[in-house]
Amino acid sequence: MHIGIDVGGTNTDAVLMDGTTTLAAVKHATTPDVTDGIVQAIGELRSGHHFDGEQITAVMIGTTHFINALVQAKRLAPTAALRLGLPATRALPPLVDWPAELVEAISARSYLAHGGYEFDGRPISPIDPDELRAHAEDMRVNGIRSVAISSVFSPVNHDLEVEAARIVGEVLGPDVAISLSHEIGRIGLLERENATIINAALRELASEIVDGLTAAVRKQGIEAPIFLSQNDGTLMDEDYVRLYPVATFASGPTNSMRGAALTSGLATCAVVDIGGTTADIGLLINGFPRETANEVKVAGIRTNFRMPDVLSIGIGGGSIVDEETAEVGPASVGYKLMTEALVFGGSTLTATDIAVAAGRASIGDASKVAHLDPVFVERVLERIGERIAEAVDRMRTSPEPIPVVAVGGGSILLSDELPIFGAVHRPDNYAVANAIGASIAQVGGEIDKVYAIEPGRREEAIAEVRAEAIDKAIAAGASPASVAIVDFDEVPIPYLPGNATRIRVKAVGDLDMGGLR
Amino acid sequence: MSWTISAELIPGLARGAAVLGTGGGGDPYIGALLAAQALREHGDVTVVTLDEVPDDALVLTVAMMGAPTVMVEKLPSLTEVVAPVHALSASLGRPVTHIACAEVGGVNSTIPIAAAAALGLPLIDADGMGRAFPELQMVLPTLYGVDASPLAFSDEKGNTGVLTTVDNSWTERIARVACVEMGCSVMISGFPMSGAQAREALVADSLSLCREIGDGIEAARAEKADPVERTVQLLGGRELFSGKVVDVERATTTGFARGRARIDGVDASLELSFQNEHLMAALDGVTLVTTPDLIMVLEHDSGEPITTEGLRYGQRVRVISAPSDDRWHSPEALAMVGPGYFGYEVPSHRFDGTAETPAPDAPEVAA
Repeated sequence: MHIGIDVGGTNTDAVLMDGTTTLAAVKHATTPDVTDGIVQAIGELRSGHHFDGEQITAVMIGTTHFINALVQAKRLAPTAALRLGLPATRALPPLVDWPAELVEAISARSYLAHGGYEFDGRPISPIDPDELRAHAEDMRVNGIRSVAISSVFSPVNHDLEVEAARIVGEVLGPDVAISLSHEIGRIGLLERENATIINAALRELASEIVDGLTAAVRKQGIEAPIFLSQNDGTLMDEDYVRLYPVATFASGPTNSMRGAALTSGLATCAVVDIGGTTADIGLLINGFPRETANEVKVAGIRTNFRMPDVLSIGIGGGSIVDEETAEVGPASVGYKLMTEALVFGGSTLTATDIAVAAGRASIGDASKVAHLDPVFVERVLERIGERIAEAVDRMRTSPEPIPVVAVGGGSILLSDELPIFGAVHRPDNYAVANAIGASIAQVGGEIDKVYAIEPGRREEAIAEVRAEAIDKAIAAGASPASVAIVDFDEVPIPYLPGNATRIRVKAVGDLDMGGLR
Repeated sequence: MSWTISAELIPGLARGAAVLGTGGGGDPYIGALLAAQALREHGDVTVVTLDEVPDDALVLTVAMMGAPTVMVEKLPSLTEVVAPVHALSASLGRPVTHIACAEVGGVNSTIPIAAAAALGLPLIDADGMGRAFPELQMVLPTLYGVDASPLAFSDEKGNTGVLTTVDNSWTERIARVACVEMGCSVMISGFPMSGAQAREALVADSLSLCREIGDGIEAARAEKADPVERTVQLLGGRELFSGKVVDVERATTTGFARGRARIDGVDASLELSFQNEHLMAALDGVTLVTTPDLIMVLEHDSGEPITTEGLRYGQRVRVISAPSDDRWHSPEALAMVGPGYFGYEVPSHRFDGTAETPAPDAPEVAA
């Protein structure tokens, strides 16, 4: 048995699982002290379905702690950004496009040093150990507790980041955390560097939170290892979280999508999550969310770490309906639905009123919407169906048919048949989908690098990269027999000679729980 | 009338330049950031109209040559942006008085702003193409007999070269080799012109047009009007097609991103052919518009320009066309930038769909 817990901003969900079977599920409001909520949730699971501490083989937790800390600019460590690349890159130093209040919140200091590589792996300039020691000394004097090191083209060659970390580490000692950009982001120096600085600023908090979560679980007599969900839905162990807290940032929407898919038995599908104000649409391919190809802004900072690609459109249960045009949203009564909607005695025609009038939902007072013209009601619902279908179509990457899974309170707005896509799947047990998503026990390894592929050596080069990704997944705890490549992408880089190609491979396998104890 | 570029104007200007860039020029983010940073550090830049440039001025174009993909990783240093201008000034034995853009679109409309700021020189409200093209010699000054060389190029390490070549195609060939050797992202400065030559050879008011388009898109969004329609009006063009991207095929050959995209509409299908820039649009197999006129892909609702690298399945887009500078339609110009040069065996078609057969008595523009 294992336990999945999702600590959201509003609710904490927990499930007790045996394989993919849900034995018990609980949901309640997130407590100010998160660990209390976890202790409570595990206690309630136990009263729902009795278990002994030693029967639990793993505890998986999805949390929004880290992204919230960044958004609120709270509990962030004094951080230095050190970039290797001189004499290049001087015009745009680290932190160049950051919001001023975040620069202040991390007491940021920015340093430029020699180093870095060209696109083809030739050095730009050698690193200068004295220069690095002087920078490190300045960091020490200024109370820096965490360092982010980036280097030009480190996704091609990361040697200099590693070497610089060694030199800086000698001056600052073992208590100062060091994050390296090649382990965090991909091509695009500013975006990768930004993600690394964010990671660095969260390192102290990561240790505190991991210790807190561990203590909470141990208090329940469970000695099993603890894992946290990453952006792509795979798991990372405690040690990994301490090093890469930034990898948890988008685990909320990911766990929700993966949970929805698991409960509906589909590995490849589109998930439409309709709430009060928006419909959020994401795509799962082989059980993993399709990720954005573009830069993503987090708390006003441009980054390029992998986030699930989610398209939000302004259709939700609280969306205001135009009585003339039958169009829905994007304006919404939001949290005032319970007072503003017609069925609740209010005076605004909302999408929820339409659903009630159509007999799709029985909430509030149906007589308050009895006057609506059935033809109009049908037209509104048709428009919702058309727009959702169009949005799903926009998200998919090919004209291949794909099943659609609808979840969330607002999914009553969607009819059972969607234009283009046909039948809509509605999973049971959705209320705790996030926790179920967190409980899916998979680990992965990913490689994303630029290679200069010699003519005639393409197959060989690809085979090497694939093997590297598989090894990485096994090192992360996957049982070797279960590891498979779930994502492969090869993109020639324009304007570059020598067949420079960016190759990205992701291997994923089942967590080897037997090997854990 | 002269005007001033400050950091606040950059986002609008960069967006407009991305529209006129016809899909090429790479992600404008770094170029815009570089210009804004240079303006903050060195002060605002004065933009003068072509009329205001004295006849005896010394005008140089400044541009980035190489791979935009490299520039997002190996960021510029600004010293390599000003170095080729200094080198050329020394070689010519005269001070440079004005900076101009070689093209509009992507980074090459914002890098000259950064250069002008760092050099403390005025920037001319004009450029060498009125759009973007992939090769260095593809500028109107070439047609007027202006030599690209002496042309200086610099990297961030301090390497600088000054080329003297027999013609502008040789400048492109030699500079391209040096560019790769120097890390695939160099800054170049060349096409030395007098004020009188610049007035004759450049496309006037193109930075103002970039601003108008960028601000127009923003204003149309704010007014809940149609940003695409606004852009079409500003360019005096037409909307070709509206639909969904259903197929994008690309291959990188000889260093350029060549490809095709298919866009399906209600009952017709548009095919776009591109090589960095969009070069040809055909509706159900019938050629509609080709280079040198402008073909642009804009996001259906927001009007945000989409680069050829950014085209993806499922996007709802509108394709618009607009006239290029009239001088691009002479036989010499069409030989340099017409569909034939890029390997498309069709006569060139103007933005409004008319095919052009170069008349034997077409105006002679080469000096």
